[in-house]
Formats: sequence, C-alpha cells, structure tokens
Amino acid sequence: MNDDPLVIAGRSFGSRLMIGTGKFPSAQALREAIAASGAEIVTVALRRVDLDKPGEEGILQAIDPAKQLLLPNTSGARDADEAVRLAKLARAAGIAPWVKLELTPEPRYLLPDPIETLRAAEILVREGFVVLPYIQADPILAKRLEEIGVAAVMPLGAPIGSNRGLRTRDMVRIIIEQAGVPVVVDAGLGAPSHAAEAMELGADAVLVNTALADAANPGAMAKAFAMATEAGRMAYRAGLAQTRDAAEASSPLTGFLNG
Amino acid sequence: MTSFFDELQSWPEARVAAFIDAARREDVDAALAAETCGLREFAALLSERARDRLEDVAQKAQRLTRGHFGRTIGLYAPLYLSNVCGSDCVYCWFAAKSRANAARVTLDDAAIRDECEALAARGFDSVLLLTGEAPGAVPVERLANAVAIARQYFSSVSVEIYALDTEGYRRLCGAGLDGVTLYMETYDPATYERVHLAGKKRDYRYRLDAIERAGMAGARRLNAGALFGLYNWRLDAFWLGLHARYLQRRCWRSAVAVSFPRLRHAPEPFAVPCPVNDAGLVQLMLALRLFLPEAGLTLSTREPAALRDRLIPLGVTLMSAGSSTRPGGYATHGSEILEQFAIEDARPPEAVAAAIRRAGYDPVWKDFDRAFHREA
Repeated sequence: MNDDPLVIAGRSFGSRLMIGTGKFPSAQALREAIAASGAEIVTVALRRVDLDKPGEEGILQAIDPAKQLLLPNTSGARDADEAVRLAKLARAAGIAPWVKLELTPEPRYLLPDPIETLRAAEILVREGFVVLPYIQADPILAKRLEEIGVAAVMPLGAPIGSNRGLRTRDMVRIIIEQAGVPVVVDAGLGAPSHAAEAMELGADAVLVNTALADAANPGAMAKAFAMATEAGRMAYRAGLAQTRDAAEASSPLTGFLNG
Repeated sequence: MTSFFDELQSWPEARVAAFIDAARREDVDAALAAETCGLREFAALLSERARDRLEDVAQKAQRLTRGHFGRTIGLYAPLYLSNVCGSDCVYCWFAAKSRANAARVTLDDAAIRDECEALAARGFDSVLLLTGEAPGAVPVERLANAVAIARQYFSSVSVEIYALDTEGYRRLCGAGLDGVTLYMETYDPATYERVHLAGKKRDYRYRLDAIERAGMAGARRLNAGALFGLYNWRLDAFWLGLHARYLQRRCWRSAVAVSFPRLRHAPEPFAVPCPVNDAGLVQLMLALRLFLPEAGLTLSTREPAALRDRLIPLGVTLMSAGSSTRPGGYATHGSEILEQFAIEDARPPEAVAAAIRRAGYDPVWKDFDRAFHREA
C-alpha cells in the first residue's frame, strides 16, 4: 500500500516520475523506458499522433492503459486557439480529457508563452478538462493558473532538451511553498541527481524525456531516474537537515539559558 | 524596413574569405568546447583548419542534434505541381531554354488529388509542393487551391515555389500552408547574375528577402539553402549560416531549417563551377549544425543512398524519400514529362525508413497537426 501517493485531480498515482515520449530512437526503447521507470503518467505529443488512425503502430502502442495514464500534450501549438483545438480533437477521438498544455511559439528554446497558456487553461478548465500547464518558473503565473482551476503546475527546471538541471531552483522553491496544487518539475532534468534535487526541494513529481531518450540505455536510465525520484521524496519526507556554512554548537544562541 | 541584405552587405566576399583564412587550430578547439558557436568559431569550422578534426566536430554535431531533436528523422515527399518555367537558370533542367525534349505540364485538381492519394498511401503526412518559376501557369490562387487540396491529405504542407510578395504568402498561409522552402542558390551576386538569365528570378534582392516575407506573413517553417557547387562552398555556407541566424531572430515564431543540395550534374553545356566533394559537403553540414544547434537540417534525394545513410547520424532532421521530380510522377505521368533533376536515391519510402532505423533513429511520418490551422 502506498502511503504517499501523488494525487492529481482526485486520482492517485504510485509513481512521482512522469515520462515524456518524444525523441526516442524506437518504440521498443520507449517501451523499455516506460516499463523500467514505473511511471504511471506518460505524455504524448498530439502532433505525433494520427487521431484518425490511433491503432497504428506508434507512440500510443507503447502505453499500457491498465498501468499508465496517457497525458496528451499540445507541443507545437503557438497560441491558445491551436492548443484548445488540439485538446478538443483528442477528446473527440476518445482520449481522456487530461491535457498538458505546452504552448511554445519559439522553436529554438521551446519556452512556454505565459499569456497564451493562461488563456488556453481558462478555456479548457471551463470545458471540463484536467489541465496541467507547462510554465516558466514564475510564481505569480503559477498562482494565477491555480486560481482558474488547473490540476497542477509544471514549472521548467531548464529549457527543454538542455539537460542542465534545476536552474530555476529559487523560483521553483517559491512555487512549491505557495502552491495549493501539485507541482511537477518538467524540462531540463538531465540526470537522476537533478530529479532527486527537485524532489528534495518538495516538488510533488518530475517529468523527464530527453535524458531518457538520449541515453545509451534508456531502460536503465529510466530505472535510475525512478530510484532518484523516490530517494528525493523520501529525503524530503524524512526532513532534510538544513545546510550550514560552518560547524556550530547545538544551541549557539540560547545555550546560555541552560546555565 | 530591415532586411538580411543589410547584414549581408557587411559581409562581402573579401571579408568572409579573410575571416575564414584567419582561422587557427585554437578557434576550432574553441568551437568544439564552447557552449555556443559564434561567427569566429563558425568560420573556423568552415576553414581548412577543421578538415582533420571532422570526427570531433561530427561527435558534437550528433550530440547537439540529439539533445534538441532526439533520435528522430522526419520524412516528407516533394510533389511537383508544374514544370513550366519562365526563368533560364543554366544549371537546371527546367530552364526555359532547356534542350530537354520532354513535355511541360501543370497538374489540374484531379491530378493533384491523385498524386496526394498516392503519397498518402505510402505513409507520408508531410508534403512539399513545388513549381518552376511560373507565376503565369501557377498563379497564387492556383497555389492556394493546391495547398487547400493537399491539406485534405497531409497535416503539413510546405511549398518550394517562385518568390512571392508578402500578400501572396499570407494568402497561402490562409489556405493552410505551414512552410516555405526557398534557396538563394548562391549568395554571390556576380555568380547569381551569371547563372540566372531570365525572369523575375534575376532579381537578387527580391529573392533574398522572400523567405523573410514568408516568415512575417505567418509561415511557421522556413527552409533556407544554397545550391552548393555554384560558388565557393565555404563562402556560400557562411552566408547561408548568417541568413538562417537572421531568420531565427527576425521571424522568431518560425522554425528555421537549412538545406545543402549539391549540384553534381548540370545540363550541357554548363559545367559545375565549384564542385563540392563528399568531405566538403560533410564539413559544411557539420559547421552549420554547430553554428545553428536548433535549426533543422534537410537532406534531399540529390545525394546517393549510401551517402545519405552516412549523413543520417551527423545532424540531419528531415529527409525526402521515394521522390519524383516530375509533375505527376507518382500516379499520373511517366518519363515523357520533364523532371527537374535525376533522383540519386531511388529507394522507396519504406526502404529509407528501414535505413533510418538501422542507423539507430526513429523515422517520423507525422510531426504536425491540422489543429494548428484555423480551418481545422
């Protein structure tokens, strides 16, 4: 029995590691990574899926609906209208109405457009979708999105594909502190230690894609990330000791009261 | 009104050549070590100094490509709408004064549909519509019509056509176009004038600015390129890199890609002025990759199969497959119709996909969606 499930929109998940499915060299490599990761939420770019022929061999076939929730994402969308259209097409094709909003008009760094993301989130929440927006690590934007009813927020650690780790650490920490919804650190996590760091900080989950797809052994790397995610979460729950710059006596300020 | 022409003016041949010739081994080392590659490093990668470092450059090119694009290669097919051409380009079989006896045709709607059906049946979801320099035979309205037809079969429709004005590109984007491919052929003005003998294509500035017009009109994919072999490849590659970088900054919502078609054969009596050997082609491609880590690199079927397979792991992101360069070549017409150039890699699409898999990459047929256009 998992006494620490990840709960998003009232649904419980045993794993706090989410997997992105783009960039893999083969469906087989993707299947191995998903299996090894234990991930229960798997994102798929809708632009890669032919909704008219969902049964054809492709990314969707790597997902086992009994074990994983398919979380479609709107990557490629440049504005809210495109993202909303894409999400609705997916729902009409029978995919459960969860959506990771990925609104990235600038194709080099793939940074999310905050204005269009907010606009799309508003529309889709109203239409009954479970919305998880990918955002810059902007604490105000995170609260604005929470107010309109998103199910989680997904601040980036570093630009997509950069593998640089938790570059936005300070802002992510503030988001976590202020959040009333789960916080999923997404993008830029290039090593298991990055995932552990995000979880130690108090993130509710992490999402990894490039680091797995680009690994020499995606399955082994996925398992490493899973272990790191769990370790980071355990450390967070166990109460990490505050780091100190110098050795200190145990009661440096009030020890005098003890006579 | 800005234009790439202004930046190009500040990089005349003498300056570029001196820049490249001044490159030292340390500059190549810097290009390999640096997180970002500036112009000095780009020039070094194009210089003789980099020739014996190609393996190191290739390793970095592969890493950069995988980081941004993953281990995937997109597939598309060219669909020629017409081989009518009013330009007289000495290097091209479509030239107006070409001695080729084969016929000129422009496809009607029914034939366009037949071609689209044939390509869709082969698995393509991304198509590139081409014409010669033929605003008379295929005016903007007919192009828009062709785009609208193609959109019924493919998620992604791009064009490689004669240069248009902004309103023309806007019209095509409104019909569902998402990409524009336009090659400058050569950035050297004197050579450009020498090889383009008739028609609007003679207007260097108009053509140079066209792809930027396409971006400002809303085209979300811009594919620039040069026809390597017309001029010194190091210089044309440098200017092409500058052009792509300019487009990335100016048309920041558009995904910029570069192509590097190589002129290997040309209609007589024209002889390829500056032939590029395989090592030169690889070097310029790798230099472009390190200079533009997030740009697409498109590989056409002008190259033989064996070389294309070798190039796959070096940074290519998009390949044509099973191509025909004659209008109606997939379902309608045969060799009685003039083709633009002979295809060197004649493998059917599934064989190219298999080659991509053997190289450790995933062939991607669909990487776009109808939802990205208002008419969806």
